[in-house]
Amino acid sequence: MSEWWTYSLRDFLLFSPRTYYRLFELYNEAIWPAHVAAVALGLASLFLIRRGDGRAIAAIFAALWLWIAVAFHLERYATINWAATCFAAAFALQGALLLWTGVGRAALPIRLDFVGRAGFALFLFALVVQPAIGALLRNWRQVELFGLAPDPTALATLGALVMAERIHWHLLVVPLLWCVISGLTLIAMEASDAFVALALAALALLLAAWKTVAATRDAR
Amino acid sequence: MAATATASAFASPILTRPIRTSGEALPAIGLGSWITFNVGDDIAARESCTAVMRAFFAAGGRMIDSSPMYGSSQEVIGYGIKKAGNAQRLFSTTKIWISGGSNGPAQIEESRRLWGVPKFDLLQVHNLLSWEEHLPTLFAMKSQGTLRYVGITTSHGRRHDELERIMRSQPIDFIQVTYNVASREVESRILPLAAERKIAVIINRPFEGGDLIAATQGRPLPAFAAELGAKSWAQLMLKFIVSHPAVTCPIPATTRIDHAQENLAAAHMPLPDRAMRARIVAAVGA
Repeated sequence: MSEWWTYSLRDFLLFSPRTYYRLFELYNEAIWPAHVAAVALGLASLFLIRRGDGRAIAAIFAALWLWIAVAFHLERYATINWAATCFAAAFALQGALLLWTGVGRAALPIRLDFVGRAGFALFLFALVVQPAIGALLRNWRQVELFGLAPDPTALATLGALVMAERIHWHLLVVPLLWCVISGLTLIAMEASDAFVALALAALALLLAAWKTVAATRDAR
Repeated sequence: MAATATASAFASPILTRPIRTSGEALPAIGLGSWITFNVGDDIAARESCTAVMRAFFAAGGRMIDSSPMYGSSQEVIGYGIKKAGNAQRLFSTTKIWISGGSNGPAQIEESRRLWGVPKFDLLQVHNLLSWEEHLPTLFAMKSQGTLRYVGITTSHGRRHDELERIMRSQPIDFIQVTYNVASREVESRILPLAAERKIAVIINRPFEGGDLIAATQGRPLPAFAAELGAKSWAQLMLKFIVSHPAVTCPIPATTRIDHAQENLAAAHMPLPDRAMRARIVAAVGA
């Protein structure tokens, strides 16, 4: 599209808000009872964080990113948004990177220092509060759950990544980009919770930068 | 608000406009599918779209416009054509939207499969994308009888210089541009040139993407609307567009049966004259 910068955000929106949220409703209906497994994996992640087992957490998150790439983006979102095949590829890439860095190289040990605790709060928000906001604002059938829907999974991943002993910036790229894309989509739809993902992604970015700067200073 | 329009509910027949290169008459209101028909696999929503199409055909409509860019819209239209039961007079209109001329034929065939039609009435190059490469394909299809009309589109008032060059140099049948009470750039050059070159004109964004409907929501209709038989702001705005002598048809999109009927009802006499058109612009406040 030439002169794309002269279009408004709304001009890029391919679907109505009603269609977008119905997508989650139909997705939730189709994958039930995967929700039970997603909640169990969320709770298991809490336990693993307490144990500091970054390798197991990375394995869980990698599996969830790969699931969302296929079950949500390719199977569902692609029916109303041709860009979703690119999103699926990005989510699959993130799953592969988590496996390589977090499982293969075991490079994500948990450290609950100040930034780590903030990351834990972000993780809890994505696990509990974010799905509740969407369910309260709209319809519980359209709930977006951690592990099944992209937004809470991306935010929870950002939380987990800033809990790691060292910030691995290559793992932050896809979750941050997704939060921006999703946030802009919600803004275009004039969703009242549009700024949640954007604001929390910005917070995660700040925390990651803070941790990197502090680590560099400590190393001198 | 809704006019309960069927083809037989009006004293006057639905207004038609000739496609100037052939003389074929087209109803003066079509149906767009941007956003509204992109409902994916949602069967309930597909049935709603089918009901809108059924109402559109029942009220005398013919042209439905779509594009490969519009997500699942083409597939949903194909679903509706099969199920509506009254799509015999459909004037199928879609676009080619892909970089590179060699990719065009495959996309056209995929669109045809999604619509489930033997051939398209009109294929347009979407937003002038790779138009130099796609137009020869479309002209070849027309000469072979696998396509009836060739067109080119733009929107939001963009790239009118390039559009004008194409209108002057290429034997196209249709252009599609943005025109409404708020966006009237095409009045100065594009519409007069279309009349001069005998090119039919489809109008997109007749309500400025819904902004004009939102802006007039809750405001009382001006008294002169009754003189035009307009029962809503939407009808008034459509009559403004239809009354331009160079315009063939606007293509408002909707998800509602009553709005589809209301839109079609605007394609009946009387239409505003020049003075009345100015009053419509002033009344909308655009």
